Amino acid sequence: MVGDGILKGLAETARNFLGSYVSKDRLITVQYPEERIPQIEAARSFPFLVYDGPDWQAGMRCVGCQICEKECPPKCILIKKSADKKPDAVGKPQFYPAVFDIDISVCMSCQICVEVCPFDAIKMDVDYDLGTGDRFGGLLLDKQRLSKSNDYYHHIHPTEAAAVDAQLAAERAKVKAAADAKAAAAAKVAAPPQTQPISGEPK
Amino acid sequence: MTQFIDQIFVLGMQWLLNYVPAGARSLVSAIVCVVAVVIVFPLLFAITTWLERKGLGRIQNRFGPNRVGPWGLLQPIADAIKSLTKEDIVPIQADHVVHFLAPVLLVAAAFLAYAVLPVGRNMVLVNLDAGVLFFFAVGSTMELAVFMAGWSSRSKYSLLGAMRAVAQMISYEVPMVLASVVVIMQAGSLSTASIVDRQAGYTGIWPHWFVFTPWGIVGFTLFMIAATAESNRSPFDLPEGESEIIAGYYIEYSGFKFALFFLGEYLGMFATSGMAITLFLGGWSAPLSVLTFIPSYIWFFAKLVTLICGFIWIRGTLPRLRMDQLMNLAWEFILPMALINMLVAGIWHLMPAGPLRWLVCSAIVAIPCILLGIGLKHKKKFQVRTYRYAE
Repeated sequence: MVGDGILKGLAETARNFLGSYVSKDRLITVQYPEERIPQIEAARSFPFLVYDGPDWQAGMRCVGCQICEKECPPKCILIKKSADKKPDAVGKPQFYPAVFDIDISVCMSCQICVEVCPFDAIKMDVDYDLGTGDRFGGLLLDKQRLSKSNDYYHHIHPTEAAAVDAQLAAERAKVKAAADAKAAAAAKVAAPPQTQPISGEPK
Repeated sequence: MTQFIDQIFVLGMQWLLNYVPAGARSLVSAIVCVVAVVIVFPLLFAITTWLERKGLGRIQNRFGPNRVGPWGLLQPIADAIKSLTKEDIVPIQADHVVHFLAPVLLVAAAFLAYAVLPVGRNMVLVNLDAGVLFFFAVGSTMELAVFMAGWSSRSKYSLLGAMRAVAQMISYEVPMVLASVVVIMQAGSLSTASIVDRQAGYTGIWPHWFVFTPWGIVGFTLFMIAATAESNRSPFDLPEGESEIIAGYYIEYSGFKFALFFLGEYLGMFATSGMAITLFLGGWSAPLSVLTFIPSYIWFFAKLVTLICGFIWIRGTLPRLRMDQLMNLAWEFILPMALINMLVAGIWHLMPAGPLRWLVCSAIVAIPCILLGIGLKHKKKFQVRTYRYAE
């Protein structure tokens, strides 16, 4: 019969139309600003800079080594290294980035900057509410806007942050142990010149 | 009282004209009528865009617009403000005059068609003796506007869309006119007002609508299929073909001119739906004699909105046809059926009333319909496509 397929189709769309008023399961739309789907832990949007402690300038992990700037495929990172050094979180004098800008209108969220960073200073954020009326300035994030605390990092990526902290602690312990050993050795080396004359005295 | 409410617009007009000097009466009356049409039908267009987006959304298990106003009801106003404030871009190579005139002509032609539509008892703007003829003549002006738009834009997509649109509209105009000829045969008049008057009687409580006859139902179906194609709506939306030629003939239009095209297209759809109502669904007459206390214009608009909902339902259901399928449907199915239907209308007129007349006429319509369907199905051959030039 001509047109029976059309009738079947009409019945199907009518079922969908009426069904959407009856069953809530059909309407799978998440009404975004009011409702949000919980994000998975591995979600990522754009990079941010991690700092330790309460002060973002003092605790900045980044030392301005510019590896991420060189590796960034779309070249969205701009770093200007400082001329002076400041003590970092553990008190060691380090360079710091005088300027650190990421243009998130260019960034492609590839995470390569995170992979190459030897200081675990740059990580991926999960914030996607970055819409702005200013399409140039509003999307060019400077150092201050990029800086987020380690607590925030723990909050958005708990597993990953815990692993990073453990690794950092191990490295710092190793450095400290090496420094202690070196100090002890230095003390040992420093001691003989004092004792040598003493030991040589009997000669 | 019901009489008064039914005639309230007509009486209001007469009351208004009493205050106008005799020489200016026809001018004032024309202006008032035109203003009424220019307000009511664009308003209906605004409601229809909302209804369409809501309905299609629900068919696809979405919400549809729900941000502006309660249930998104103010969405058409937001859309209007948006299209008014948008930049109007004209391609540098385009023929500026024709590019500007095309949407104006389209909307003007669409509005002209309402002149002969009886929207209520005694409520037809001009009761032309050749009303139906006028309607189809004005309707074919829209093809010119479409081709003007496509040609003046100097874009291959525009031109392709316009070619498709003109081919389609001309092809479907023929069966559309032939489908309405049966009504003219039966009513013996080309005047829309007297066609409606012929259908306004009742047997018991049942109306004398032409759709309740074998030739009427077939004519109505054919007319609606042709009307869908004529107004470039899904499944016959090849001229727009968003996935193929982006927006067809109005791809180079932006801002309010684009909105005018949209308006013109919807107005054309309302006008052809209104014509279908006039020809087959009894115009402004109530569907049951006990319901005649409801004013006639309400019945007309209720029928119009019902048909619009039908259009939306069809749009939400059927995928777009291919060009050859479109042409085959017009020339190999709808046109022969329309011709057979004319024969049936003649037989109906000559045979004495009774069940036998029903039986004979239904059989004459149904058998060719089934045979044509089977024939078209068997004609479909699947073969390896060969490309002559694109190897």
